[in-house]
Amino acid sequence: MATSALETQKLCKSFGALSVADNIDFRLAPGARHALIGPNGAGKTTFVNMLTGRIAPSSGRILLGGDEITKKSQAARVRLGLGRTFQVTTLFRDLPVLDNVALGIAERDGVARRMWKPASRHSEITDEAMQVLKTLGLGDDARIRVQDLPYGRQRLVEIAIALGLKPKVLLLDEPAAGVPRDDSGRILDVLAALPADIAILIIEHDMDLVFRFASRITVLVQGQVLVEGTPQDIAADLRVRSVYLGEATHA
Amino acid sequence: MSGYTSDPRIRWTEWLPWIAALAFFFLLPEYLSLGARILIYILFALSLDLILGYAGIITLGHSAFFGLGAYTAGVLSAKYGLTDPFLQLLAAASAAALLGIITGAVILRTKALTLLMLTLAITAILLEIANKASWLTGGADGLSGVTTNPILGLFRFDIFGKTAFIYCLIALFIGWLVVRRLIYSPFGAMLTGMRENTQRMHAIGAPVYWRLVLVYTISGTMAGVAGALLTQVNQFVGLNVLGLEPSGDLLVMLILGGVGRIYGAFVGPVVYLIAQDYLAKQYPEYWYFGVGALLIVVVLFARGGILGIADKWLRALSRPKSSARASAR
Repeated sequence: MATSALETQKLCKSFGALSVADNIDFRLAPGARHALIGPNGAGKTTFVNMLTGRIAPSSGRILLGGDEITKKSQAARVRLGLGRTFQVTTLFRDLPVLDNVALGIAERDGVARRMWKPASRHSEITDEAMQVLKTLGLGDDARIRVQDLPYGRQRLVEIAIALGLKPKVLLLDEPAAGVPRDDSGRILDVLAALPADIAILIIEHDMDLVFRFASRITVLVQGQVLVEGTPQDIAADLRVRSVYLGEATHA
Repeated sequence: MSGYTSDPRIRWTEWLPWIAALAFFFLLPEYLSLGARILIYILFALSLDLILGYAGIITLGHSAFFGLGAYTAGVLSAKYGLTDPFLQLLAAASAAALLGIITGAVILRTKALTLLMLTLAITAILLEIANKASWLTGGADGLSGVTTNPILGLFRFDIFGKTAFIYCLIALFIGWLVVRRLIYSPFGAMLTGMRENTQRMHAIGAPVYWRLVLVYTISGTMAGVAGALLTQVNQFVGLNVLGLEPSGDLLVMLILGGVGRIYGAFVGPVVYLIAQDYLAKQYPEYWYFGVGALLIVVVLFARGGILGIADKWLRALSRPKSSARASAR
């Protein structure tokens, strides 16, 4: 069996009679640039929340690098290499940008529990955090509190934190959500420059971004996979056009 | 104050409390027992600041640790003849640590109002146990006959409170060094992360629950030591170390001084206990009114407490200078 970076088998979730995920078989190849799209209410967020462990599936399995993680906690999945960004900015708002990234690196390195040597003297952590910030063009903002940053840059901090964890699989939940169109180019540049060995699943409404970034697209409708294929396949698919693209053109 | 961008070196202003304490010792010898009480409450407040100000755990039950420490030292001395001061502290610290692990493991799965109520319940239960087990604790009459050997066999607890004051000052100094280290360490930075955003902590792979239990236990241990100090200094334990009232007083002190900034825990008890001492003498029936009014003013007009106001003024003073520098460029 060829291993996949991330895989779901017959994943289901229902809230009472409402089924929001219906037998989702999904496979994210190693190093993939994969997009998950679908109209509002298609179950994208639920799907992501099951992948990250925020909610438990009703049935089915989730595999990370071939190992089952269905019952593992959010934090345990992160330690196994599953990173994510949030659709709604979820940052340490009152802390400097550098600390936002350093806290994650410290967790990954097992330094976060150390109680004696001052944090700022753990240069292996601060240097690496600084390096991540520089690659995203945030080097000058390191000492600024996150809440004092413009929103577009806060979105980049989301990505910086995830990258600091050196994930094998990265889930990007609408990385450009709420960002003015002029600034979203910067985010796209950052996404295009992400290390090739990270398998990336992007959930996004911005079709320009999806078609420029992804080499595979899965369309989710009413909790089911409608179709999966290359961007060309998806653009040509009549069902997708009627269900999704037609509806989204008003945006 | 903490974190990966902060300078961990001790600033000169951080020596001011210690200079003030020594000045107090030499200049106000008739107030040394009040002074020792203040030092004990500072240590107690410091332990609360660690969980409330840094880790963001809200509690109305911190007196559970303080009271358990106080009664452990008292009972061991009065009933079992353990009179060595350091062994009493060690026993109190161990008992409080055990209570921290056990109760923390249960209640820290909850948060916000539920957590607040559970912390309150725990100290209320301990209060009731101390009240009912009068054969052990003296019940409502309190436990007298507590004796503590001279410290290091040399320094007897004298009636002027000289030994008590210096003893508590040294204990507080050690407590301060430990807390300061903790706050500036990666662990301290991690605590602020849990306060700022739990969801994000999960998403960077932090085992949030265990970390909370750990810091809760550390803080409880410190509070237990503070309680034992109070017993040793007073040579008496009463029910007033347990329950809502001492927890509430402590919370008021910390909010008054400023939460999450270490030195708020120094300023708060000083202001509160001196005000209490003064107002209770002048207006024995109304002194709580004065403290209440002070708290309302601080909460309404100075969210960062007294130190928050001081910060604002200092920044206002330095602003003209920095803008002058900017225009010079």
